[in-house]
Amino acid sequence: MNKIVEKEYFSENVVKLVVEAPLIAKSRKAGHFVIVRSGEKGERIPLTIAQADAEKGTITLVIQAVGKSTKKICALNVGDYLSDVVGPLGQATHIEKVGTVLCCGGGVGVAPLLPIVEAFKKAGNRVVVILAARTKDLIILEEQMRANADEVIIMTDDGSYGKKGLVTNGAEEVIQREKVDMCVTIGPAIMMKFVSLLTKKYEIPTVVSLNTIMVDGTGMCGACRITVGGKTKFVCVDGPEFDAHQVDFDEMLMRLSSYKEME
Amino acid sequence: MSKEDIAAQRATEWREALRKEKKNKDRIEIERVKMRELDPEYRITNNEEVNCGLTTEQALREASRCLDCPDPQCMQGCPVNIFIPTFIKNIERGEFLEAAKTLKMTSALPAVCGRVCPQEKQCESKCFYKLKLGKEPVAIGYLERFAADYERESGKMALPEIKEKNGIKIAVVGSGPAGLSFAGEMAKAGYSVTVFEALHEIGGVLKYGIPEFRLPNSIVDVEINNLRAMGVEFIADCIVGKTISYDDIHEMGFKGIFVASGAGLPRFMNIPGENLIGVMSSNEYLTRVNLMCAAQDDSDTPVIKGKRVAVIGGGNTAMDSVRTAKRVGAERAMIIYRRGEDEMPARREEIHHAKQEGVEFLTLHNPIEYLGNEKGKVTAVRLQKMQLGEPDASGRRSPEPIPGAIETIEVDEVIVSVGVSPNPLIPNAIKGLEISKKGTIIVNEETMRSDLNDLYAGGDIVRGGATVILAMGDGRRAAKAMNEAIRNNKL
Repeated sequence: MNKIVEKEYFSENVVKLVVEAPLIAKSRKAGHFVIVRSGEKGERIPLTIAQADAEKGTITLVIQAVGKSTKKICALNVGDYLSDVVGPLGQATHIEKVGTVLCCGGGVGVAPLLPIVEAFKKAGNRVVVILAARTKDLIILEEQMRANADEVIIMTDDGSYGKKGLVTNGAEEVIQREKVDMCVTIGPAIMMKFVSLLTKKYEIPTVVSLNTIMVDGTGMCGACRITVGGKTKFVCVDGPEFDAHQVDFDEMLMRLSSYKEME
Repeated sequence: MSKEDIAAQRATEWREALRKEKKNKDRIEIERVKMRELDPEYRITNNEEVNCGLTTEQALREASRCLDCPDPQCMQGCPVNIFIPTFIKNIERGEFLEAAKTLKMTSALPAVCGRVCPQEKQCESKCFYKLKLGKEPVAIGYLERFAADYERESGKMALPEIKEKNGIKIAVVGSGPAGLSFAGEMAKAGYSVTVFEALHEIGGVLKYGIPEFRLPNSIVDVEINNLRAMGVEFIADCIVGKTISYDDIHEMGFKGIFVASGAGLPRFMNIPGENLIGVMSSNEYLTRVNLMCAAQDDSDTPVIKGKRVAVIGGGNTAMDSVRTAKRVGAERAMIIYRRGEDEMPARREEIHHAKQEGVEFLTLHNPIEYLGNEKGKVTAVRLQKMQLGEPDASGRRSPEPIPGAIETIEVDEVIVSVGVSPNPLIPNAIKGLEISKKGTIIVNEETMRSDLNDLYAGGDIVRGGATVILAMGDGRRAAKAMNEAIRNNKL
């Protein structure tokens, strides 16, 4: 049982929860995720860790209410408990000094991007962040990003905040303006697909962090399998980060819809 | 267990009297008992346990078949060396609680073993009836279950004798059969044992893998609670190698560690269409249904309830999957296996039960491709028909494709049950641990000790994929060896 100690609404459907999980807070690194379960009949779902405070023994999760389980978790309040939080899972992000890193985040994908931005900055890179959303209200963690990145560019589909356009418009502008050595992108699968296509065109090495359907999260079930470079990989143990240019996004998009009709 | 122990138990007065009570020639005339089973048409509508257990009369009669051999070979066939004649003769004289006590001297989970052990390949295969008389062996497994169930239902469950606490802390990774067996043995020897489990439930494969209709969870829980009563501590949601490290375990003051992290990665066949929606591993399917209760309406976890379900493979897990599919509502549930029925590794009982329940067996068929619709859902499987050729390395006749003999069958769910690879989590997380090419932890077969002095291992992480009872045997051997090493200051 893990107590919720802080809750903040980023928007109507996006919630930040700070949860007690001292062992995970101590051992997690950028890129790691946890499996969370709420209630005796609850489903096990993967959530990437946005932040952690080892001293306080807490981790921060950002959740978008989309399905039955995420809605249930978003409805929890301070003082409530999650039945289970287990992790940290997956491989940590490989952080090194490469030069300029372009980090593209969309929707709640911005949350797991934050520790990666922090880590790349700490390793001595120039970090340019693009935050993208449909509209102004859905832009999250802007302040924290500004505190860690060299530059933050905001893109909204409707132009209600920052520049009007898609994440790829912003990314292309940066790529044409300066030399980008590496790109990291986290967000909806369709967004990652198009960022990946763009950076492939410019031959910029690109990393994606994937959030697929999982049950155990430790390699046991294979629900999270995707095709990378023609080979089947398990997101939970081989990932969650992969070479974006090798990922079969269409298959992943299809597999994400496995249980849609049942909800 | 020594020959002297066995002889001493056999020489007790009551045993001698019992042997004289009935002549062997009368004993061997008794037919082997048949256990009552639920009617197939009824049982596929629910999750109730199929095997109903023996009545007291049946158990007494079956126990009287045992000849109480002076050199009982059955015990050699048991991976945990249960004192088989002793417990059976206790049943014959009506001392059922004593029988249960005898079981617990060497087995941490008798009610589980009585249900899921392949006795026909172990103890019962060595029975005098089988070897020398060419008759049906004594139903040792049924009797084991009877004694364990009797004790549990009597409400007088006895805890095994526990040595005085020695204050030494021992860590166990994984709460499946190997981990539980090890924990029980070490607790008996006076150690303070903590079991770390990655999932939210304790029990490992006994919970997520083996279905309710073969092994009810309530029975597993009783055995786990027994271990709790013996002082074993269980910590769920804790992954050694992730949540806490091998170094953390040392810092926490644990003197020895037993790794029983089980079989991890499910194998797939790498054929086209295997990532279509509706194609999944048996691990995923069974975990959803067994651990997450996905087939129940009030569960948040979904599961595809296929109407035409193909299960690929011929092992016990394949049988568990196909019988589960039937219960979840499949109109057509099929086993697809590339060899013949005789070559199937599953227990005969499982195959028999599956057939009774209306499962179709497509033996000598091998999937070569899955076809899907525009939404990416599996709609059909293409099968290559096979024929049996010469025996291969496993001694089984190897299947060969019949050129051009390909058929397509409509399916809406496919469960791939062609084996597992060891879980790479621990091997990846502990530096210096010697790992085989297959990814299993290399241990000394006698002591189950790895190349790291304080790390022992057993079960599927060592064997790659075996049975509950072999895993339990590993746990027992590792406990014995670790206990000796600690007592001799070698750890």
